[in-house]
Amino acid sequence: MYKILKKEVLSPTLKLFEIEAPKIAKKCQAGQFVILRIDEKGERVPLTIADFDREKGTITLIFAEVGKSTQQLGRMEAGDSLLDFIGPLGRPSEIEKYGRVVCIGAGVGIAPVFPITRALKEAGNEVIGIAAARTKELLFWLDEFKAQCHEFHVCTDDGTAGEKGLVTDVLKKIIEEKGKIDYVIVIGPIPAMKFTSKMTKPLGIKTMASMNCIMVDGTGMCGACRVTVGDETKFACVDGPEFDGHLIDFDEAARRGEQFKDEEQRALAAASCGGGCGCH
Amino acid sequence: MSLNKSPNKNEMPCQDPQARARNFDEVALGYTEETAVDEANRCMGCKKEPCRQGCPVQVPIPEFIAKIQERDFAGAIQIIKTKNALPAVCGRVCPQEAQCEKYCVRGKKGDPVGIGRLERFVADLERSQGVKPVDCAPPTGKKVAVVGSGPAGLTVAADCAQAGHKVTMFEALHVPGGVLMYGIPEFRLPKAIVQAEIDNLRKIGVDIQVNSVIGAIDTVDELLENEGYDAVFLGTGAGLPYFLGIPGENMNGVYSANEFLTRTNLMKAYLFPEYDTPIKVGKVVVTLGGGNVAMDCARTALRLGAEKSYIVYRRSMDELPARIEEVHHAQEEGVIFNILTNPTKLMGNDKNWVTSMECLRYELGEPDASGRRSPVPIKGSEFVMDVDTVVVAIGQGPNPLVPRTTKGLETNKKGNIVASEETGATSKPKCFAGGDVVTGAATVIKAMGAGRVAATSICEMLKNS
Repeated sequence: MYKILKKEVLSPTLKLFEIEAPKIAKKCQAGQFVILRIDEKGERVPLTIADFDREKGTITLIFAEVGKSTQQLGRMEAGDSLLDFIGPLGRPSEIEKYGRVVCIGAGVGIAPVFPITRALKEAGNEVIGIAAARTKELLFWLDEFKAQCHEFHVCTDDGTAGEKGLVTDVLKKIIEEKGKIDYVIVIGPIPAMKFTSKMTKPLGIKTMASMNCIMVDGTGMCGACRVTVGDETKFACVDGPEFDGHLIDFDEAARRGEQFKDEEQRALAAASCGGGCGCH
Repeated sequence: MSLNKSPNKNEMPCQDPQARARNFDEVALGYTEETAVDEANRCMGCKKEPCRQGCPVQVPIPEFIAKIQERDFAGAIQIIKTKNALPAVCGRVCPQEAQCEKYCVRGKKGDPVGIGRLERFVADLERSQGVKPVDCAPPTGKKVAVVGSGPAGLTVAADCAQAGHKVTMFEALHVPGGVLMYGIPEFRLPKAIVQAEIDNLRKIGVDIQVNSVIGAIDTVDELLENEGYDAVFLGTGAGLPYFLGIPGENMNGVYSANEFLTRTNLMKAYLFPEYDTPIKVGKVVVTLGGGNVAMDCARTALRLGAEKSYIVYRRSMDELPARIEEVHHAQEEGVIFNILTNPTKLMGNDKNWVTSMECLRYELGEPDASGRRSPVPIKGSEFVMDVDTVVVAIGQGPNPLVPRTTKGLETNKKGNIVASEETGATSKPKCFAGGDVVTGAATVIKAMGAGRVAATSICEMLKNS
């Protein structure tokens, strides 16, 4: 069992957990993820690591409540335990001294981009951060994120915080201002990653995107998380989750992500009324 | 006892095909006490024990059958367990026709003795009455790490624990058992039975660490150098699914056999939404491939509600690599075999869901390297099948996680770990390997045989160190 040591409510649908998992905390690196299972009937849920503390032996996760399992997770409290917690999974981010880098966290993607940003700064890069969300309530960790950046931008679709507009609008301005950008990492919803990659491609700026695919085992044995990258099929869980944004087939990935949409609705409905009513 | 001269094996009662094709309960129901004794009486107790040479773990077959003849069922299971830690599993999933029963003298005129069915009978009886753990040697103070808890790892764990070594088994998934839990369906091998056999290992002191991905959480080198293990056994299996590499394979509705079976068996998606993991099958499900895994998928598809379940295989019925019994069961349940056929591409709708499959007809040519007649496509024979779901069951390779992170571990071109057939030794000192990760996808019992070989070498090495 893996104990929840701390819970923070970042917004009504956005929660942070610090989980006791010393073995994973000892080994994990920026860019990797874990898979958790709440209880005996639970599904395996992949979540990218938002932070870790090797001394305390903890892993920090931030998740949005988007379905049955994440809502159930969101109702758990400090002191409760998760049944299964597996990791660190996936390849770590490629941390090098690239020069001037832009780290983009969109929505809940702010969480996984945080440790990568920190590692890129420690590697001696000039780091420009962008935190983006639909609206103010969905932003979090702005001070923490900003502390890892030499320059920091915030934007919201509705203009309730920071600049009004999309990540691509902010990125465009940065590129125009700075001229030379050596590396971009973008994590967030597929449209944010797709359009960021589309913008940097003609400019030849190396761009990595972290794919949040449907997963089952997370160790390379099933291929549920397959992504088309260039001419090849890759498994996000062992070959990724980060891939070259200029080669990812984002449209296919978006449609694969919707594979179980009906079932997800059914699971939510069953969970909200107890399932014994026969109404679904 | 008096010899039962019937040329026929006692029938195994089974669930009615129509009914069972729609439920996940076990198909074969097992012998009763009377049938078991009657079947045991067909054994002539050959002194040379030809049957035993066909058993990869050398169960003393005539001895345990003699105990059944005497109705000493507890004695029978104790004899089996000196050589086999998973009798209820092996009695169910071993291809006995190619192993022990192939060598049975009674098989020369009529059916061989139903050895697998008898093994299953005594194992099931013991489980229903409470299991007595096997005796272990006094502790040696040596530590053995077993990576992977499938059939090979379970055998090594059992053998090493019985020899008095402290065994820790590391499993990446949340339950131990490997393919016995995620791969072989409930209707062939109920998961409660696998769990009961694994619990027997816990009773003899095997420590099972689930959720532990070796290569990520600890490398093999760290186990040997920092964690104080005296030997490591790698039984990580062949869990990396192969795809055909044809257009459309990444569309929605296309699963690897591993994903399809893992969702169903391990995650119990057939009980969705009581269990949280979903699975989706349409009206027409096509499974590509002809092995046991393909049969499992095609039969699972019916149980998940498919109206039609097809096997599409590029050779003929004679070349199907699946066990004959499994093919028969599949046919009885209504699986349709579309043989001498292979897909060339998958087509879908605007939402990226698969809707049809273009295929070519094949004919058989000369035997190929595998000794089977090679399939040759017939020009101009293209046709289109309407499909809702496709399951790719064309084989698996070794998972690269452990080889990728282990210094000095030799692998071959396919990524399999190179290990001696006689000893299980790898190129890395103190590191042994066996089962599918060495041979490529094979059978449960072959993996157990390889585990036995490696365990013997490990115990020998530890005795001399």
